[in-house]
Amino acid sequence: MQHTDVLVIGAGIIGAACAHALVTAGLSVRIIDARLGGATAAGMGHLVLMDDNPAELALSQASLNLWHSWAPRMDAGCAFTACGTLWLAASDAELQAAKAKRATLHAHGVDCELLDAATLARAEPALRPGMAGALRVSGDSVVYAPRAAQWLLDEAAAHGGPGSLVTEHAEVVHIDGQQATLRDGSTRHAGAVVLASGIHATVLCPGLPLRPKKGHLLITDRYPGTVHHQLVELGYITSAHHSDGTSVAFNVQPRPTGQLLIGSSREFDTSDPAVNDAVLARMLQRALGYLPGLADLNAIRTWTGFRAATPDGLPIIGPHPSRPHLWLAVGHEGLGVTTAPATAQLLAAQITGAPLPLDAAPFAAHRFASLHA
Amino acid sequence: MTEATITLTLDGQAARVAPGTTVAAALAQAIPPGATRRSVRGEVRAPLCGMGICQECRVQIDGLRRLACQTLCRDGMQVHTGLHPEGNAP
Repeated sequence: MQHTDVLVIGAGIIGAACAHALVTAGLSVRIIDARLGGATAAGMGHLVLMDDNPAELALSQASLNLWHSWAPRMDAGCAFTACGTLWLAASDAELQAAKAKRATLHAHGVDCELLDAATLARAEPALRPGMAGALRVSGDSVVYAPRAAQWLLDEAAAHGGPGSLVTEHAEVVHIDGQQATLRDGSTRHAGAVVLASGIHATVLCPGLPLRPKKGHLLITDRYPGTVHHQLVELGYITSAHHSDGTSVAFNVQPRPTGQLLIGSSREFDTSDPAVNDAVLARMLQRALGYLPGLADLNAIRTWTGFRAATPDGLPIIGPHPSRPHLWLAVGHEGLGVTTAPATAQLLAAQITGAPLPLDAAPFAAHRFASLHA
Repeated sequence: MTEATITLTLDGQAARVAPGTTVAAALAQAIPPGATRRSVRGEVRAPLCGMGICQECRVQIDGLRRLACQTLCRDGMQVHTGLHPEGNAP
């Protein structure tokens, strides 16, 4: 039987990036995807530097650098657009928060600048009058994540080195050491198994502390030139990490087609994928408070998705603490597209024994008691 | 006595339709069979589902993007399809 170094379960953006990094490191990889659908296809594809804590900043900054290094090679379908993010301050208090964020980002060498009210109004005329200002993070970008995941797999498959990639569409129903059992009863063997199936990972790995955090998105018809940056309210930072209860925050992305992608919402304790009209209405009301002109635009689709949230908001990257040969790359919540590249580099370095590109400790699985045998 | 008719403008051309006619139906009776818009890649699109789901019939109606199949014609209505580059392409 042909030997496989690593079996990757899940071909969303995390699994695809892991497969890409492992193949690049010279390993033979088989990636298996059940086509259950996950956060990659449901999300916005906003590549955003987040700085709620040093670990998140390190992971997202390393990832943004990788995204930018890949961008020139990515195909048009990936829709990589370096539109930047404007963190909107609606009040003087939020402007202070913007200044604090600027200080943190500058301390880490991130290119960003404060826009005063008049400059902001000129940069984004569709915003309601009276905004206090904004912080522009120019390196933030946008990507069409499902295509980017496929691009990573294509690039890995075409890799010229000793590494190789096989892609299989099947559902893994059981993992036992170095063996995975598929729905049809057949088995796949590898030196190591990487679990990267997002919210679906709990089925194969009981004890994973992942909770589905439901989100809504809406996309409009094409209105080119309405908005120029990804627009996010500074209040997003507090509402996005509200652990319980339903919350909404203003978050709008201009797609390269001229469409506007409008978010965002957060809901725990539901696995119902149906659009919740009450939550959608709250989300859109919030958006209208920033962009009043949205009221006249035509929405063409609404949908929902589930983020895989950990209790502390950081992903789980590294070896399972009590199951030999099992490696975890899950729990990226709403930041998986952004942080997939550095997640993959970190995991590949751990698997191959190469020097680690960043501190692995904050992401270690053993921080959760539920994973100890 | 003749039945009342509604007069509206489709891409600059006057059109007369019976009351209760949707904009999609008016378009079907007028310019190249019911075409409404162009896709991102420039392909011509036309109404498909007729019940407000597929979004293929979006046109500009009195300045706002609307679904032609879900909008009844009114007197004086100005309809612009996205077929002509000079229009406000949906």
